[in-house]
Amino acid sequence: MSSVVATPSSESIAADTAVYSLNRVGKTYARNQVVALEDVSLTLKKGSFSSVIGSSGCGKSTLLKIMAGLIPPTTGRVELQGKPVVGPRRDIGMMFQQATLFPWRTTIQNIVLPIEIRDGRDAANKAKERAHELLDVVGLNGFADVYPNELSGGMAQRASICRMLITEPAVLLLDEPFSALDELSRDMMNMELQRICSEQNATAFLVTHSIAEAVILSDDIYVMKPRPGRLAEVVNVDLPRPRTLDMITTPKFGSIVDYIRGLLDKGESL
Amino acid sequence: MSDTRIPATQDAATSANAVTEPLEETIWEEKVSLLDRIPRAISMAFVFAVFVGLWHGATSLGLVSPIILPTPAETLKDIIFVGKNLLAGEYMLPALWITILEVIYGFALAVAIGFSLGVLVGETVFGERAIMPYLVAIDTMPKVAFAPLFVAWLGFGIESKVALAAFIATFPIVVGTAAGLHSADENARMLFKTMGATRWQTLVKMKLPLALPQIFTGLKIGAVGVMAGAITGEFLGGGKGFGELIRVAASQLNTPRVFSLILYLSLLGLALYALVTFAQRRVVFWQKTTAAASHD
Repeated sequence: MSSVVATPSSESIAADTAVYSLNRVGKTYARNQVVALEDVSLTLKKGSFSSVIGSSGCGKSTLLKIMAGLIPPTTGRVELQGKPVVGPRRDIGMMFQQATLFPWRTTIQNIVLPIEIRDGRDAANKAKERAHELLDVVGLNGFADVYPNELSGGMAQRASICRMLITEPAVLLLDEPFSALDELSRDMMNMELQRICSEQNATAFLVTHSIAEAVILSDDIYVMKPRPGRLAEVVNVDLPRPRTLDMITTPKFGSIVDYIRGLLDKGESL
Repeated sequence: MSDTRIPATQDAATSANAVTEPLEETIWEEKVSLLDRIPRAISMAFVFAVFVGLWHGATSLGLVSPIILPTPAETLKDIIFVGKNLLAGEYMLPALWITILEVIYGFALAVAIGFSLGVLVGETVFGERAIMPYLVAIDTMPKVAFAPLFVAWLGFGIESKVALAAFIATFPIVVGTAAGLHSADENARMLFKTMGATRWQTLVKMKLPLALPQIFTGLKIGAVGVMAGAITGEFLGGGKGFGELIRVAASQLNTPRVFSLILYLSLLGLALYALVTFAQRRVVFWQKTTAAASHD
């Protein structure tokens, strides 16, 4: 490894910087002796988009919770921006299946909530300017002072993207963020997500059940297998960027999807 | 691209226009039963009229002794009499005021104790494990049976009635608060964890607001219970409240008076209930739509 580091190519320094790294991470639940995760190592490079895919019970959620600092691993090392992850951190942004906007707060009050929690109300008020900028980025300008029950599902998820970005996190952890949306909105939101991530040069990590969604968005796809949860293979997606929904019908896209489906089916009858 | 599309749309337009021959339309009416089409106010008035009619029939035909059931007219006369008495500030007004005070104090006490216990039980593992079982056990007891004890401990004054009223109203508030605190879903909890929220922040900024709808449900049940507690307390512990007036009227077989006193008491109960509902609309403003839906 050290020999590779000795000759760094100048143009790839920024692009190849590891933002998030997991080294031989495992998780065993002591209560019922279940090995949820075994020997997972992965590296997220700055500005890259990675996905993890696998059937239910393959340890995806456990992996994500460990990466979010919500639960500790039993073995291995977890490191974000060179510092070990030993709890929730401001430089970790997270998004869930549900938008989880609180109905007694307006959209903008929901967006600055992370700042209010960490730095208090004054800081949250100051962050409103940035929140307005983010609302522009996700195409929600004009909805700042609207209560969430007036937003559609897609709009609510756009707002929750803003809430995730407000603390300017180094990594975005996305837990099936659009799976509760209908398919049309979902496709559109995925394209939006791609645009936002590339605009912000964000490092993103997506948990998904959908192979097509993983392929259209990702540079790297981590395919996981259950019992015990482990990485089966890392699939590199070399479709050009920006990706478009038209690519779904191309033979190359189809062959990648088929390959991943083959990996998931191997030895598993779902 | 656009060249090929335009003829296509024209085709669609011309084919739509081409249908000029009379169309045999399939228009039919959805059947709604006559009963379901009656507006609410008229339905209610109808039921009331039937009720009073049956009542009048039963009494005027001599099916029921007037001591057991007075005629609607007699009852109305007495309702007006009691109303005049109250408005004129005669002897019934202080009695009503005493009952109102018992209800207010009892409810305030129940809210304070119920909310605190509810937070203790709903928020702490210890509370849920160690205190909740006892609360459930006491809640299953017929709480009215405690009335003589409260009289023995606190005397025949207003205090024993306040205590019984509060005792009855506390439990639904505890249960509403505790259950409400558990209503936060997994995503909301995770979100607050990822934001590094303290326990206090999680409680105040997330769990309590999310619990409000259920807390108010508890308050409404408590508001009904507090009335029952105050009147039961007056029946069993004497005093000078409205319950005492009812007891005296009943012992004199003055049935119309009992009916009219009950009516005014129910107005008091309704007022308290309406007050809680009003507060709920204001505080839990985001619940408007669901509250309206549940009433329909």
